[in-house]
Order: sequence, then structure tokens, then C-alpha cells
Amino acid sequence: MPEIPSSAIESSRERPRIGVYVCHCGTNIAGIVDVRAIVEFAAKLPGVVVSRDYKYMCSDPGQALIQQDIAEHHLNRVIVASCSPLLHEATFRRVLSRAGLNAFLLQMVNIREHVSWVHLNQREATEKTKDLVRAAVRRVSLHKPLQKRRVSINPHVLVVGGGIAGIHAALTLAEAGKQVYLVEREPTIGGHMAKFDKTFPTLDCAACILTPKMTAVGSHPRIHLWTYSEVVRVEGYVGNYKVKVRRKPRYVIEDLCLGCQECVTACVYKEAKNPDEFNLGLSKRKPVYLPFPQAVPQKVVIDPQTCIQFKSGKCKKTCVEACGDRKAIDFTQKETIEDIEVGTIILATGFKTFDPVRNPYYGYGRYANVYTSLEVERLINASGPTAGEIVLRDGGQPKAVGIIHCVGSRDANTNRWCSKVCCMYSLKLAHLIKERTGAEVYNFYIDMRTPGKGYEEFYDRLLDEGVHFVRGRVAEVSDWATHPSEKGRLVIRVEDTLAAFVRRIPVDMVVLSVGMEPQPDAQDVRRLFNISCSTEGWFLERHPKLAPVSTFTEGVYIAGACQGPKDIPDSVAQAGAAAAEAMALIDAQFVELEPYTAFISEDQCSGCKTCIPLCPYQAISYMEEKKKAAINEVLCKGCGTCVAGCPSGSIQQNFFEDEEIFEEIEGVLAYA
Amino acid sequence: MRNRDLTPSEKSQATFEPRIVAFFCNWCTYLAADLAGTSRMKYAPNVRVIRVMCSGRVDPQFVLDAFAHGADGVFIGGCHPGDCHYQEGNYKTLRRFHLLKRVLQQMGIEDERCRLEWISAAEAERVRSTINDMVEKVRALGPLDLIPTEEKVSAEEVAV
Ligand SMILES: Cc1cc2nc3c(=O)[nH]c(=O)nc-3n(C[C@H](O)[C@H](O)[C@H](O)COP(=O)(O)OP(=O)(O)OC[C@H]3O[C@@H](n4cnc5c(N)ncnc54)[C@H](O)[C@@H]3O)c2cc1C
Ligand code: FES
Repeated sequence: MPEIPSSAIESSRERPRIGVYVCHCGTNIAGIVDVRAIVEFAAKLPGVVVSRDYKYMCSDPGQALIQQDIAEHHLNRVIVASCSPLLHEATFRRVLSRAGLNAFLLQMVNIREHVSWVHLNQREATEKTKDLVRAAVRRVSLHKPLQKRRVSINPHVLVVGGGIAGIHAALTLAEAGKQVYLVEREPTIGGHMAKFDKTFPTLDCAACILTPKMTAVGSHPRIHLWTYSEVVRVEGYVGNYKVKVRRKPRYVIEDLCLGCQECVTACVYKEAKNPDEFNLGLSKRKPVYLPFPQAVPQKVVIDPQTCIQFKSGKCKKTCVEACGDRKAIDFTQKETIEDIEVGTIILATGFKTFDPVRNPYYGYGRYANVYTSLEVERLINASGPTAGEIVLRDGGQPKAVGIIHCVGSRDANTNRWCSKVCCMYSLKLAHLIKERTGAEVYNFYIDMRTPGKGYEEFYDRLLDEGVHFVRGRVAEVSDWATHPSEKGRLVIRVEDTLAAFVRRIPVDMVVLSVGMEPQPDAQDVRRLFNISCSTEGWFLERHPKLAPVSTFTEGVYIAGACQGPKDIPDSVAQAGAAAAEAMALIDAQFVELEPYTAFISEDQCSGCKTCIPLCPYQAISYMEEKKKAAINEVLCKGCGTCVAGCPSGSIQQNFFEDEEIFEEIEGVLAYA
Repeated sequence: MRNRDLTPSEKSQATFEPRIVAFFCNWCTYLAADLAGTSRMKYAPNVRVIRVMCSGRVDPQFVLDAFAHGADGVFIGGCHPGDCHYQEGNYKTLRRFHLLKRVLQQMGIEDERCRLEWISAAEAERVRSTINDMVEKVRALGPLDLIPTEEKVSAEEVAV
């Protein structure tokens, strides 16, 4: 740890000379808090030498004002009453540093998020502000100069999830010369995008743009691609994460398998019998299979649930025979745990689609010809179960198709959020269905949401193509015919809110445009990586506008649909941003950590060992010879739990010393 | 009701604004309170928040000190069980809290005056509703009267 210059220590020991700076934040604060009254109040507090307000304290002139005062008035403590410290504490600490003061001689007072934005009454808000400012003035007098800890950054990066976001992030990093571990749960990378035929709004073929990127991942010398694998443990801190990855057995030795699929042909099952996961059960696969033709890696998998050798041990093992001296098949393969060390982590675990069984009135699962949009993506796909032909479950071809928007989106009974991509992919599906079948296509929408480059133009194009648009939330899909033309078909009942009457529209196929939801295990994953989720369950970004791919855990970034509903262009943009953030850390070679660690005053420590089990990081040890506890500053993360637990009061936490907090408590309460 | 219809004690009750000191952990409840701000939710102005890195930092002495210096209530906010940024600080808080509650009880401090809540970074609404609820409950209890009158006067004199 770098030494604190002795001049800094001295200046902090001198009698406090405090400057108080109250920010208007335009009218955000000044509209509710009587800023003038605060300035006058603060000026009279003990130790305060200057007290000022300014329209935008965080602006350059605002910062310059503080810097100038520090020099002119020989300030040795600074209070900034403005927005949340989580937003601008770093900004104002830099101001102190520039002025030659130790950055930790600053205290922020949160009078925007915690006062002006949450209270309506000017008098009450002003009184509350006074209490908070008084507390800060009392506290800051006790602040000591501190130094951030520097830790080095391991240049390796872990990317979790191999959808388009994870793929793009991994490639960007690898191209920049970084070693990347890409961990994907499924036997192949590709995520949702690999299932699509075309992508809006340009209708370029998904495989044509995705496959080259997938192959590049598979063959990149700096990408360690681990499919069929999951992260099971994460320890350490920014720059120095220790990660355990479980690699599930695919019963095929990846290095030996050539992807020739002769074993698949040779399997004792002549007919494929098991639902094919990649095609969402719309086709069948064998117990030994390649997830889809462009899968990366091009390695087969054996599913032990359905393979006869695993079930009875009495298979003829024709697959092994077919594999011959390549000897890639290994029924005894066990799962392995790999230990890796990385400095930064990018989470790109994507989304899941809404399960429409939760909206029983749309008949999914009850009527064969009601499909989810994702199933239709497979049906339309040239390499899908029907080679791109739209053949219904009952074998027919549709003459009329209804696409119902917002299933599991914008719905108080299921998910309130807009899934953002459904309007656009519904238009895409409408176009493709009409093109392939010539059917009449109806879109049932609440609002058409097509913001985005070229998106509104795509909507216009669909209007010209003669696709029907009915504005209204569909009430019901049923097979209950009230007219001969409805016999044997599905009837969509909807209030057409533009025409103001209830319509019955008979169709042969219903497509439910299901919304996007957080992955079912999002809560487990976020615990594993020590990040937060929003109320809905999406991974929470550090700041919605200014730090959209960072999290509250340093060195952990998020990209793609795991952060919220978004389309491919936005997912790729975020992935690039996350890769850039990781690279910025790596190229800086070190990161500075808050100095909020705990320390022991040895002469007071009674050696009772109470603190030792309190520390989750094993940072506290017991020195046998001295009979005292010792804290390893590198391992300490600065939670302060041992400090609160020490019966003799001999442990303190930097920046959160008992005395500092007592001053703050007594300060907020010391009203006249 | 106009003030002159009230007895003196009723009067102090009617104008009584509870003072509540809150300790919020940096990673969940403090963030939730920030989110309440950015969402422009409105709640009672009686709470003064003190930021700590983890609810595990909240020494029972902080709570006693707050009560001794005139707080009518103390509110501790931390991450949900299993969500603590430091793995298990909040479990330690919970353990201590039970003990603290017994001490407070023996001192005659009512149960509603000290509260521990798990509020995640996303639960701004719970910050709002908990604060409002607590303010109402403490208001109903009236001011906490721990300090003998003479001491109170001198305490006020030294206060800034
Ligand atoms: C029906 C439909 C049609 C769409 N059409 C279009 C379109 O035409 N154009 C467009 O721009 N967008 C479209 N979208 C949106 C598009 O699917 C998403 O924007 C995109 O897939 C998001 O990519 P991602 O990498 O974030 O997530 P995903 O594609 O979901 O990939 C996530 C990956 O992470 C893996 N994973 C998850 N959890 C873990 C874990 N714990 N450990 C390891 N790996 C894990 C998953 O297996 C998956 O491979 C459509 C969406 C739907 C539902
Ligand atoms: S960090 Fe919130 S309780 Fe520990």
C-alpha cells in the first residue's frame, strides 16, 4: 500500500477548516430545499470556514470553486451536499486530490435522492437537510487521510453464456489479445439467435451472420470454449477471481470427435424417438446427436437419459463400432471441475421466453395449431424440422394465420414490462408466413412499437404487403364455431378498438408472440457472482444511463438480454461495451480498492477470538505468540462485521470508525 | 381539531414528529432508498439515513446511542438473507438484533421503535412503505422519554 504523505497527515490533524458546498442540481434540489437557508445554517457550524451554494456543483466551474477555496482558505475538510455518494463521491474526491488534500477528507450528503426527490414540503425537507449537513460536519472533523489499495488485474476474462452477446464479447476480447474462457451451459453456443431463420428489420439470414462468428469462437487460439459447462463457484475480488467450472460429461471425448456423425447414423435406434430440444420438440433426435447442423463445437453428445447403454448396459454399441479407431465415445466419462483464474467476468446469460400455458385462454397446449413465436421461428427455418415449410401439427397448411402480440408482456396478470422485440419479430413472422404460404395474416396488437433504425420503415412495408392489423387485446382463442365458416378452425375473439366492436376471426394457425423473461435461475446466478437483480429479475446495472453494463460488483459486467429485453443490435452493442470495460481494467493493469478495511489496535485486543468466525473471508487469524488477532488487509473486503462484533472495541474500520458514526448519529439528532 | 381544545400532553402528541435514525447497507437498502428518489416516490421526512457498508457493521451501541440522543426509533436495513454483498454479514446482524431487542425491552423501549428489514436494491417501494409505517407506529407511541428533564436541558445546551 502506498504511503500517505506526512504533510497530508499533518494537515488533517490541524484544527478542522471545513468548506460546505450545497448543490442546487438545477431545480432538482433547490426546488424543494431552501438552499440559501442551508448555506447560512452551515456557515455557523463549528469548524466551517466557507459555506457556498452553486447551480451544478459537479460541473467544471463547480469543481473549480471548491478547488480554489481549498487553496485560498486552507480548507482541510470538505462537505458536498448534493446527489447520492454513489453517483459523485468519486468526482469530488478527485477534486480534493487535485487540490492536494487527501480524497477521504470529504463527506457527501445525499440531499437529492434522500431529500428533495422524496419530500414535498419545503420546510420539512430543509430541516432534514440541516440535520444531515450538521451530522456530516461533525463526522468529517474526525476523518483521517486514507489511501486506496492497489491490486493487480489478471488479464484473463470469463464470459458466461454463449448467445450472440457472449459470442461477440468473447471475440472482441480475444481479438484484442486477451485470453477468454467462454462457458456455455448447452452443448453448443448460439443461444436464441441460432434458432432464427431471418432477423428483423433487414431480413438477413440469421445463420449467415451468426455461423461465421460461432466458428471463429470455436477456432480462436485465445478462446477456451467450454460448452455443456456451468460456473459453480466464484471467489476473490476484482482483478483476482477464482472460478470453478463444472464440465458435464458429454460421453464423447471432444478432442477426438470429428463431428462426422457416423455414430448418429449407426445408433441402434433406426428412427429418432426423443424430442429434439433445439427444435423445441417439433422434431425428434436420437440418444446420440449433434444439436443442430451448424453447432459449435461440432461434437456430438450422448444423452444418458435415453441411451440404452446407460439405461440397461446391454446395447450393441454400434456407435462405438462406427467411431472405430477414433475412439471418441467414452461411456465412463465423469464430470470434471476446472479451476480458472480471471480478472474480469462478463455475464451474458440471456433470457427465456414466456410460457403461454400461464394464459390458458389462448389455448396453447390444448389446440395443436396454437404455436409460440419461437416454435414458428423453427418451422420457418430452412434447416428446421420441416425444412422451412409451414406444415401444421395436423399436417395441413394454413390459409389464415393470427399473430397475437404481447403474450406475457404489458399484462398486469403476468409481466408488466414491454418485451421490446415482439412487435418487430411479429412483423418479421407475418412477412415470412405470407411469403411462404400466401395465407391471410392478422396481427393483433395493443400498440405497435417500432422505434429503431429502419424499424418503422419495416412496419410500413408490411402495411403495403397487405398484412391485416387489428388493434385490441385478444380475449380468447377457441374452437367453438358459431358459423359454418368457423367449423374446424380456431376462432380469435377480439375487441377491435379502432372499429369499436367485437370481432370473431377464424384462422388455421395461431402464433403467440411470447415475451422475454429473466432466466429461471437468474437469482442463483446473480448470487454466484454477487450482483443484484431488478424487481423483475433482470440483472441490475450500476447506473441505468451512465454505467449500463457495469454492476455493483467491480470487475463483473453484464451484456445482452440478461440485463433486460433487447434485440440483437442492442445485445451486440452491450457486449462490445462490456468487453471494452473489461479491457479498460486490464490495460490499466491495476485497480484501486476502497480503503474501508478493518484494523486491530493490538494493545486493546484481548485475544478472545470472537471476530475470527465472523469473517467470511478468513481474513482474521490468531497470532499464537502474541495472543492477539491479526487482519490480513488484502483479504479483508471491508464489511465491518468484525468491528461491530468485537467485545473490547479494539477493531476499527477505516472511514467507518465508531467515533465517526457516533458523531453522525448524534449530529442528525442534535437539533435545537 | 384546534390546539386549544387539547390537553398539554395531547398537544405534544399532535405536534410530535418522530425522529428516526436509519442505518442502511451500501449495497441493498441504501440503493433502494436512492431508487425511491429516482422514482420520485414520496415518504415521510422523519428518517435520517446513515450509510454503512454492510448491516453487519451496525454495532448495537449505535442503536443505544441513537436512543440516548433523542431518537424515537431506529431502522436497520440490509440485504435479504443470502444476498449480503459480504456473503453473511446480515446473518450476524440478525443474531445481534435478537439480543439487542431483549436489551431494549428491559429498558422499556417499545418493540416498534427498533426495526430490522431486508430490502433489496430493487425494493424502493418497501423503503417508502416501511418508513411511512414506522413513522406512524412511532408517532402513535409518542416521544421516547429516556432522559430525565434536567439532563435534557443541558444536552440541548451543548448541542449545536
Ligand atoms: C421469437 C423471437 C424472435 C426474435 N427475433 C429477433 C430478430 O429477428 N432480430 C433481433 O434483433 N432480435 C430478435 N429477437 C431477440 C433476440 O433473441 C435477443 O436479442 C438475443 O437472442 C439476445 O442474445 P443474448 O446473447 O443476450 O441471449 P441468448 O440468446 O438467450 O443467449 C444466452 C446464452 O447463455 C446461455 N446460458 C444461460 N444461462 C447460463 C448459465 N448459467 N451458464 C452458462 N450459460 C448460460 C444460454 O444457454 C444461451 O446460449 C427475437 C426473440 C424472440 C423470442
Ligand atoms: S451488504 Fe447489505 S447486509 Fe451486508
